[in-house]
Amino acid sequence: MNQLSATMTRLGGVNLLPLIVALVALALIGAPSIWITLTVAGLAMGMMLFLMASGLSLVFGLMDVLNFGHSAFASLGAFVAATVLAHMSGWLGADSWVLNLGALAIAIAAAVGAGLIGGFLFETVIIRPVYRDHLRQILITMGALIVSEQLIIVVWGGSPLPVARPKILQGAFIWGDVSIENYRIFAVVLGVMVYAGLYVLLNRTRVGLLIRAGVENREMVEALGFRIGRLFIGVFMLGSALAAMGGAMWAGYQQLISPDMGAKMMIVVFIVVIIGGLGSIEGTLLGALLVGLIDNYVGFLLPKAALASNMVLMMVILMWRPNGLRPAAK
Amino acid sequence: MNALELSGVQTRIGRYDVLHDISFSVPEGGVFVLLGRNGAGKTTTLRSIMGLRAPHAGSVRFRGEEIAGLHPSVIARRGVAFVPEDMGIFRSLTVAENMTLATLRGRFDGARLEWIHSLFPALKTFWNSTAGGLSGGQKQMLAVARAIIEPRALIMIDEPTKGLAPAIVDAMAEAFREIARDTTILLVEQNFEFARSLGRDMGVIEDGRIVHTGTMAAFAEDRALQTRLLSLSV
Repeated sequence: MNQLSATMTRLGGVNLLPLIVALVALALIGAPSIWITLTVAGLAMGMMLFLMASGLSLVFGLMDVLNFGHSAFASLGAFVAATVLAHMSGWLGADSWVLNLGALAIAIAAAVGAGLIGGFLFETVIIRPVYRDHLRQILITMGALIVSEQLIIVVWGGSPLPVARPKILQGAFIWGDVSIENYRIFAVVLGVMVYAGLYVLLNRTRVGLLIRAGVENREMVEALGFRIGRLFIGVFMLGSALAAMGGAMWAGYQQLISPDMGAKMMIVVFIVVIIGGLGSIEGTLLGALLVGLIDNYVGFLLPKAALASNMVLMMVILMWRPNGLRPAAK
Repeated sequence: MNALELSGVQTRIGRYDVLHDISFSVPEGGVFVLLGRNGAGKTTTLRSIMGLRAPHAGSVRFRGEEIAGLHPSVIARRGVAFVPEDMGIFRSLTVAENMTLATLRGRFDGARLEWIHSLFPALKTFWNSTAGGLSGGQKQMLAVARAIIEPRALIMIDEPTKGLAPAIVDAMAEAFREIARDTTILLVEQNFEFARSLGRDMGVIEDGRIVHTGTMAAFAEDRALQTRLLSLSV
């Protein structure tokens, strides 16, 4: 057992889990074309979950804040993007890929902007008074999630809102028996780009160094001469903007969004963060990919078990590693 | 001129008063040692000075300016460094990253870095290694090196010899003598021999109050006082 563990660590450790899950799924599914389709769908879902969850993980790691209202930003981003896209139907349906992607870029930028502003207000008004008090954090942020849902109903109405996709991202890429939705490929590419950006920010910049140090020992960072509170506002806004971006992408993926989207996503987002380990971007990516892949594989193999699959995954991971797969050092 | 003056400092942790009346002065230059039994309030005194546990009464003056109640980052930028008992090392970062973080602008003064490497050669050897993998002594060296990478007027070090091998303790004493040539050190220490070898001035804290201050030489001579205040038999 120790030898197996050592070999696994040498080969990449827990980073190999998505690959192992994918190979097990290939053996169970049998048909490679179906497996490829499901795998890309899982990766796309995983990348969108990563966008929505990464900020939550950093916020907890840096300031020990449990924000149950985090997915409200995903919901906000989805509705803002859907509204922008609805006003850009000319660009979305044009025969130019530049106009198609331009419309999507504007919608995502609007969602990110809403996330930044919403994140600033949320941190200032709701989070700041409840630092260091987990019970009040849970109560007030859950309350904020409910209020945000009601605000969305006030602004956009209670009915589900259809979301248009750009023409270039409609349809699928066909290769032999393999069919992959263009939108999923786009989601994977965007997710990889955002992860690369976050990686550079955290590992190649001074701000990133401060964030990583702050996650580990907030007090010592302050004793070295830095105001972690200001850094936290920045991280909170960044996390909210990423959630809004993930929500915008999710809206295009689902093509129909409802005001309770935030509440529905909250559970999945927390599962991702807990599986990955709090405070770690790499862990969040790992958790998101596992949840995305297993959701799609189980949905195909055992449709009735699909809803429970994420919970079971979380339970198994926590029994194996109580702090998650790759928690930040504390 | 005194580097630091505390007057009537009172600090509370939760509902409990830990510091009742802390008053002492640390002269500019050299090593001032704060002695006391476990739980006397030594660590809380350092944390109160650093702003990590703000006093609810009393005055803390650093080079003549009041710093009580200021944010720790402001106190640090005024020239106070703190090496906590647990060393406060960022274990997931490399030695180089730990050191970079301690610079105020993210850049090293080459000559100063060379000086630090001469004090603690192990840090140069393990420059790109993760700090969590260092030995206890190397971690302590990194913690002290981080405190002196920028010129500081006052360095507060909490029990630096705890759990270290005798050879490392000797190396640490040498380094502190070198640092104390142009920096004031406020040292909290349980190892009386180590403290005696370094200290010029000293104070004893008991139950959250300063009960004795004077020179280390005089205190080291007075066995009866040592026994009464610290239960020492050296």
